Amino acid sequence: MSADKRYSIETSQLNLWYADFQALINVSVKIVDGLITGLIGPSGCGKTTLLRCFNRVNERYGNVTTIGEVQILGKNIYDSDVSLPELRKNVGMVFQRPNPLPISVYENIIFGLRIHSEQRRRKKSQTDEIVEAALREVFLWDDLKDQLKVKATTLQLEQQQKLCIARLLPLKPRVILMDEPCSTLDAKGTRAVEELMLELAGHYTILIVTHNMAQARRVSDECIFMLLGEIVEHTRTEDLFLMPKSTKTADYIEGRYG
Amino acid sequence: MKTIANVFHQLERWLEPVIEGIIRLCGISAIIFVFGIFFFVFREGMGFFFGGLDIVEFLTSPDWYPTSLNNKRYGVLALIAGTFSVTALAMVIAVPFGLGAAIFVSEFCGPKLKETLKIVIELLAAIPSVVWGFIGLTVMNALIIELFTVPIGLTMLNGGIILALMSVPIIVSIGEDALKAVPDSYREAAEALGATRWQVIYRVLLPTAKNGLLAAVLLGVGRAVGETMAVLMTTGHAVKIPTSPFDSVRTLTATIAAELGEAAVGSDHYRVLFIIGVLLFSITFIVNFVTDLVIKGIREKA
Repeated sequence: MSADKRYSIETSQLNLWYADFQALINVSVKIVDGLITGLIGPSGCGKTTLLRCFNRVNERYGNVTTIGEVQILGKNIYDSDVSLPELRKNVGMVFQRPNPLPISVYENIIFGLRIHSEQRRRKKSQTDEIVEAALREVFLWDDLKDQLKVKATTLQLEQQQKLCIARLLPLKPRVILMDEPCSTLDAKGTRAVEELMLELAGHYTILIVTHNMAQARRVSDECIFMLLGEIVEHTRTEDLFLMPKSTKTADYIEGRYG
Repeated sequence: MKTIANVFHQLERWLEPVIEGIIRLCGISAIIFVFGIFFFVFREGMGFFFGGLDIVEFLTSPDWYPTSLNNKRYGVLALIAGTFSVTALAMVIAVPFGLGAAIFVSEFCGPKLKETLKIVIELLAAIPSVVWGFIGLTVMNALIIELFTVPIGLTMLNGGIILALMSVPIIVSIGEDALKAVPDSYREAAEALGATRWQVIYRVLLPTAKNGLLAAVLLGVGRAVGETMAVLMTTGHAVKIPTSPFDSVRTLTATIAAELGEAAVGSDHYRVLFIIGVLLFSITFIVNFVTDLVIKGIREKA
C-alpha cells in the first residue's frame, strides 16, 4: 500500500458509554478516503455505535458519554465549536430501515438543501436539475421520473432505500455511513443497492455496517472486524477473509460464533 | 361429566346471540343517544319553533327581551356574537400556548419533567368549571380592573382567558399524543440530514401530525363553545354585541343556564331556550362535520 493514502476519518482513543455500559473501548482507526470500508462483527460488538459516532447521531439518546477524538476531514468533530448541521451535511447516513420522510419524492431529495439554506430562494428549474441528477446517480430516474409528486413512503422498499441515498447527494457529502442498508431488502434489492455503492465509491468515502459477510466481501475494499467494543483487525478485505491475523477473526468469519 | 359439558354447550349456543346483541347495542348506543337528545331538546322547543317564532328575527336581531311585558323579542344575534367572540379570543390564546406546550412536552423535556407535567396538565383538566368561574370572578376580575384601569373586569377578555386555560389541557394532551405518534425514524432521518431541532419540528413533525393537531384544536374549540358555568360567571352576562375585549358579553350557553329556571314551563320563553339548545347543538355538529371533511381532504391529498 502506498504511503500517501488520504484518510477521511481518523479516530484516536475513542471510548463511548451508554450510561454505565462501555460500548467502545480505545478505538483508533483510519478510514481511507474514497474507499468502501466494511464494519463487521457479531451483534452488540459496537459497530453500529462506532458508525453513529461519525455523525454524532448517537447523541440523540441522552445518556451517551463519548471521550476521544474523531478527525473527519481534518477536524475533530467532538470539539465544542463544531456545528452539527454542518457535520451532518458532510457526513450522510443511510439507515437500516429505509426512512424517507412522508413527503413527495421530489421534496425528500430537496429537503437537505432546504434545511441548509433556508432563506435563499431557488429557481424551480434549478431544483428540478438537482433532483434529476440525484435520482440519476442512484439509477432511480427512469423509474420515478413520472412519480416525483408521489409520497415517498409509498414506494417499494428498494426504491425507498435508494431514495434515502439520493437525498444525501445534493448536499455533496464527503462520507456516507450505511447501517446495514440491505437488511430489509430482498436479494434483488440488495444487489441493486450494492451495485449502487460500488458506483458511488471513489466519489464518496463509504462506511458500511453489515451482518452479511458475503456482502462485506462483495463490496468493501477494507474491512474492520470488531468484538466487544474493540477493533480486532483492520485490513484489506481479501486479506481479512483469506488470511486473518487474529484467531478471533478467523473464528468469526468461519461462523463459529456470530 | 358428559351431560354437564352438553348443558354448557347448549347454554353457549343460546347465549351467544344474546351477548352479540348486547355488544351490538353498546356499539350503536352513541347514535341512539345523539338522536335521542336532539329529539327531546327539539320537542320541547318545537311548539314555538313552528308556531310564532320569527326565525329570521331570531337569528339576526340583537334584541333579547324574553321577559318584557308588552314587547317580547327573541333575538339571539348578540348571544351568538358573545359565544363566538369569547371562543375566538380563547382560541387565540389557547392554540399557540397549547400547541407550544405539546411540542415542549413531546420533544424538549426530559422524561422526569415530562411525567410531572403530564400529571399536572391532567389535574388542570380535572378542575371543575365552577372553580374556574370562581377564579375569573375574583382573581381575574380584580387583575383586569387593576391592569387595564377599566370599570369592570367581568368581560369578554376575562371569559376568554378562563376558557383558554380550560381548553389548554385538552389541546396539550391530544396534541402531544399526535406528536408522539410520529415515528422516531422521521426525526432521526431529518436530524441525520443536519436539521436543527426547530427545523425537525416545523418541517417534519408539524406537517406529519397536522391531522392530530387539528383535532386537538377543534376539541379545544368544542370545549370552549359548550362551556357554561365558567363563562356565566366571568363574562358579565350583558346582552350586547361586543366591540372590544373589555365589553361584557353573554353566551348562548350561559343564557340557557341562567334563564331556564325562571321561565314558566311551556311558555314561549321556555321553548325559545330549547331552540337555543338546538342551535348550540347544530353549531357543534357543524364544527365536527367540518373537521371530518378537512381531515379527510388532507388525507386524500397526502
